[in-house]
Amino acid sequence: MAKKMDTPENIDARLDGETAICARGIVRDFQAGQSTIRVLHGIDSDIRSGEMTYVVGESGSGKTTLISIMCGILWPTDGEVKVFGTDIYALSDTELVNFRLENIGFIFQQYNLIPSIDAAANAAVPLIAQGMAIESARRKAMELLDALNIGDQAEKLPNQLSGGQQQRVAIARALVHEPRLVVCDEPTAALDARSGRRVMDLLRDVAVAEDRACIIVTHDNRIFDLADRILVLEDGRVTHDGVEMPDGH
Amino acid sequence: MLWIAIRMLTGDKQKFYGLLFGIAFSTLLITQQLTIFVNLIERGASGVYSAPEAEIWVMDPVTRTTEVNYAMPPTALDEVRSVQGVEWAVPHLRAVASVRNSEGDLEGVTIVGVDDATLIGLPERMVEGDKSILLQPDSVLIDDVGLTKMFAPGENPIGERLELNDQRAVIRGIADAIPSFTSQVTLYTKYSQALNYVPGTRNRLTFVLAGVRDGETVEAVAQRITEETGLKALPREELAQSGIDFIVENTGIPLNFGITVALGFIVGVAIVGLTFSLFIRDNIKQFGALKAIGVTNFKIGQMVVAQATLVGSVGYALGVIGTVLFIWGFSGNPTFKGFYIPWQIPFVSLVAVIAILALTGWISLRSVMRTEPAAVFR
Ligand SMILES: Nc1ncnc2c1ncn2[C@@H]1O[C@H](COP(=O)(O)OP(=O)(O)OP(=O)(O)O)[C@@H](O)[C@H]1O
Ligand SMILES: [Mg+2]
Repeated sequence: MAKKMDTPENIDARLDGETAICARGIVRDFQAGQSTIRVLHGIDSDIRSGEMTYVVGESGSGKTTLISIMCGILWPTDGEVKVFGTDIYALSDTELVNFRLENIGFIFQQYNLIPSIDAAANAAVPLIAQGMAIESARRKAMELLDALNIGDQAEKLPNQLSGGQQQRVAIARALVHEPRLVVCDEPTAALDARSGRRVMDLLRDVAVAEDRACIIVTHDNRIFDLADRILVLEDGRVTHDGVEMPDGH
Repeated sequence: MLWIAIRMLTGDKQKFYGLLFGIAFSTLLITQQLTIFVNLIERGASGVYSAPEAEIWVMDPVTRTTEVNYAMPPTALDEVRSVQGVEWAVPHLRAVASVRNSEGDLEGVTIVGVDDATLIGLPERMVEGDKSILLQPDSVLIDDVGLTKMFAPGENPIGERLELNDQRAVIRGIADAIPSFTSQVTLYTKYSQALNYVPGTRNRLTFVLAGVRDGETVEAVAQRITEETGLKALPREELAQSGIDFIVENTGIPLNFGITVALGFIVGVAIVGLTFSLFIRDNIKQFGALKAIGVTNFKIGQMVVAQATLVGSVGYALGVIGTVLFIWGFSGNPTFKGFYIPWQIPFVSLVAVIAILALTGWISLRSVMRTEPAAVFR
């Protein structure tokens, strides 16, 4: 099976970026009753800054498991993950939590906004968690909400916002503390084609920067063309790594 | 983060009020029931409290309380007076009798006979009239709560005549007394007069009240009286305690109140536990997101503690205020006369509230702690 289908130029262009995540020999087993299921079979992969990397694959292929391990919220059964040079699973629990707080922004599929605080406060959560005073954190979040065109919704509660607006708040929350790695799982699954594209464009604008890496898990083929790089997972193995989708998908 | 925790809690109005209600209800039930309990059983000592001057009570060795007593020979008074360290000693008579009330019904009364010369043995304060009025012939004082049993509201008892053991008694004043456990009517009169009101047996001296000389301790003098006279001499607090113990041992009151207090606690645990775990479950995704973003378990713990503290302190305050309003609202009712809230009781209910929240908070917290941050991507 062909693993890389890129032209040499593409590869060179990619290698220019700094390595954000260096994953080596990632294995993950899950206990299912008496038996153990191996979900990831020794994955080696690098994610580079300045790129929008898609992780695609069929349902159950291990996409979510892989990015969870890459961003430090799920322990691998075996293997090593370096994020910006830090061996994250060698850190203590508290160090790892603080590492995430400083370096990683998350966009969850279900947004998971806190229902009783307004949009600005929700977007400011990472800053507040870092210890910033609520007012200054809100002010900083406001700038981002303005940039995302929902500055006028800042004082609304999440349930007073449309799905797309909530997602923008979630994006603002992922970016407000200027993390170097942004991770999204199925950001467009709940949206129609147009809004899905708009969100991805938006993410491109705000989440992709020279020194910032962005990983997006999706099986939404409507947006594959927006990727800088696509990793295809099949049954816990990377079967393709290139700028475009392999033929037949 | 604590701000977020508090907003999470208060933002969910239904559960927030549910939690407040649970805590306030438990606090109210526990505080109020314990208050009534303590005040009720303390009435077992009302006979002692109503004679504030007495430092030592001397009685027959078989006497258990001011109500459950056995009379001594009249010579006991002089025996007590001759014990070293006794500053003064006066006779005190307590006996039960029956009297007809204004409607002609028979009413059980306690007759208290106090020293003719000094009037030692009377309650401290009067509601109406002066203590010295007892020096007039045939006069008795009635206690203010007993009054409500004998007379209709608004009826003036002063000057009313009663018949006791075929003797005439005229009510000439109202004493401000602590009601007895049974709220039985108490009539105060001179010792010499009381002897006439109580059907005659040879011995009718039920107690000798004594005071202690400067420089002597109450305990030592009581001990000396016991040794030298063969009578039982108790410091006032000890006899008061015996009265309380007697109620505790001989009525179902502690059990009944104990059950109610336990129910208050259990209902509190149930309401608060259910609501709290529902609240946590509703917010488990948000907590998971916070954990993924980078909030340590320790901070999550602080958040839950802050939520519990807010609910606990507001709910507790409401419950205690409720109890105070209850006691205050019923303070005019003779049944609740003199009720007060000893500081130990709010303390006990505070401990109960803390226990409820610690228990339920801990259970809820564990589920938050166990939530894997990776769960947010599922
Ligand atoms: N916590 C878990 N316990 C047991 N098995 C799990 C757990 N998480 C994932 N799995 C299993 O691992 C496999 C891969 O799951 P994963 O969520 O990574 O797939 P996915 O590629 O993200 O799928 P989808 O596109 O449906 O989200 C699945 O077979 C799933 O059942
Ligand atoms: Mg998935």
